Amino acid sequence: MVEMYQKMLEIRYFEEKVFELYGQNLVPGTIHLYAGQEAVAVGVCANLRKDDYITSTHRGHGHCIAKGGQLGKIMAEILGKKTGYCKGKGGSMHIADFSLGMLGATAVVGAGIPIAAGAGLSIKLRGTSQVVACFFGEGASNQGTFHEGINVASVWTLPVVFVCENNLYAMGTRQSRVMAVENVADRAVAYGIPGAVVDGNDVIAVYEAAHEAVKRAREGKGPTLIECKTYRHKGHSRVDPATYRPKEEVEEWLKKDPIPRFKKKLLEQKVLTETVANKIEKDAIAAVEGAVKFALESPYPAPEEALEDVYA
Amino acid sequence: MRQITIREALREALREEMLRDKTVFILGEDVGQYWHGAFGVTKGLAEEFGDERVRDTPISESAIIGTATGAAITGMRPVAEIMFGDLSALAMDQIANQAAKLRYMFGGQTKVPLVIRMPFGAGVNIAAHHSQSLEAWFMHAPGLWVAVASTPYDAKGLLKTAIRGDNPVMFFEHKLLYPVKGAVPEEEFTVPFGVAEVKREGEDVTIVATLYMVHKALAAAEELAKQGISAEVVDPRTLVPLDKQAIINSVKKTGRLVIVTEDCKTAGVSAEIAAIVAEEALDYLDAPIRRVAEPDTPIPFSPPLEQFVLPNEKSIVKAVREIVS
Repeated sequence: MVEMYQKMLEIRYFEEKVFELYGQNLVPGTIHLYAGQEAVAVGVCANLRKDDYITSTHRGHGHCIAKGGQLGKIMAEILGKKTGYCKGKGGSMHIADFSLGMLGATAVVGAGIPIAAGAGLSIKLRGTSQVVACFFGEGASNQGTFHEGINVASVWTLPVVFVCENNLYAMGTRQSRVMAVENVADRAVAYGIPGAVVDGNDVIAVYEAAHEAVKRAREGKGPTLIECKTYRHKGHSRVDPATYRPKEEVEEWLKKDPIPRFKKKLLEQKVLTETVANKIEKDAIAAVEGAVKFALESPYPAPEEALEDVYA
Repeated sequence: MRQITIREALREALREEMLRDKTVFILGEDVGQYWHGAFGVTKGLAEEFGDERVRDTPISESAIIGTATGAAITGMRPVAEIMFGDLSALAMDQIANQAAKLRYMFGGQTKVPLVIRMPFGAGVNIAAHHSQSLEAWFMHAPGLWVAVASTPYDAKGLLKTAIRGDNPVMFFEHKLLYPVKGAVPEEEFTVPFGVAEVKREGEDVTIVATLYMVHKALAAAEELAKQGISAEVVDPRTLVPLDKQAIINSVKKTGRLVIVTEDCKTAGVSAEIAAIVAEEALDYLDAPIRRVAEPDTPIPFSPPLEQFVLPNEKSIVKAVREIVS
């Protein structure tokens, strides 16, 4: 539990720092911050073994951190440095760590769903007890790949947990404008698999739902679709002030911030003391500062490295 | 040496690689025991290796390539079949944005040992959705290899190389070539990528042709010989990587170049080859380059219409005669 709290804080501080560095013109390109959704990645990944797989999205920093990724290598990648996870070839939207089963973030919405199913097929054919957690947003659930990928995962009984992070908005498009159903999880019926709606800002709720889904997958009983209702604190990307979201709605969701909520619970249950909490916070800040220092001090790749890694 | 068809050669390659390596598996629409693929290439394989390793899929091209890609980056060597090359459009994101780019985007952390077999090509009156030649689409997606076998020997050897390799390969199988027979040794062999083959030697003109057009070019060369023109026919065998040097060497020898492909002329395979020769061997050319290709239309249905747009022996001879006096 304390470990989950620690990871959530790391993600939060990490994203705040990325936001700050972007403002200082140190981050090339764009960024999609995970702040506000930490309970989802952390609650799911707390159920995974090191050899389990995850697939991620353009909003993926949190997934990699939750799977055990190194903050320094993530930050260095975001800054386009040679020491980054992808040697500066991927950036913020394509973080991967294959040594941790983090099969990478794809920035095409919904594209990771069949790939996750394929990792599940690989597990089944190799006969191991691994599982795959596949993260995507509610916007991705309107892609054909959602239908195709979950359908094969179901019909082939693949060990995949499909985790929909429903943050209500696909860029500026509110879910209700593009979907006739309220819950993405209701679509599970179409594939004959369990679908669960959970409070995505309650890490324990996410953990428990994922626990059941991972257990089911590991036992060879097939996939589950978990929908986590959550909210991103910032806009879609760095340039987006998110004015399309009503002020009251934003305030309402900020009150449901997963991190203070979890901290309160841990303090109430005496799992955590203020002293320990303070130390965890300080350590998380220090870890992020260390990552920033590492990334800033790292060199850029040599320009001609652009020609490498096209083919194996 | 024994003579077998391209269909049999491909089947042998699949079977031998599945016996050799248990991570090799096949997936696609109706590739299993109930149909054996639309062109019968996988006949007997589901019976021998089981339904798990010769896997029928739903009609979900994105899922076929997406799951194959996911399996490829986690230790398997999938061979996916897209029933008709035209349908690769349905899986284009998974092919061109995912399979092709994952290795690069992730800084070389992964490899994607995936083969995508695609029956394709015109000439059997099945119109615009089942007849296209789309090699150029995939030549334009760095990260993919593109194989274009024209004989049973090349088909078997290239498919084995494709399956054993660590890059995603688009493997083009012209549907009119499946019954074509040729010599294939019983013994184990592979054909390397990026090595063209001179299918017929000649002195007066180089004809670079691919796939079914290699056979048309060979027939044209026969006719040209009767007219006193000695044509050399070069088959690149793979378009990515492309054996530029073999093409340039032949042009240096003959001083004239005709390129024959079944795909659309504009921005097509022939355009790329012409550009390479113009850039790197212009001084050796004694005449303008000629291209014989599909005239930028969808493939029509009615036999006279379809035959009109496809390159043939006559149009190749005509193109050669235009630049060889």
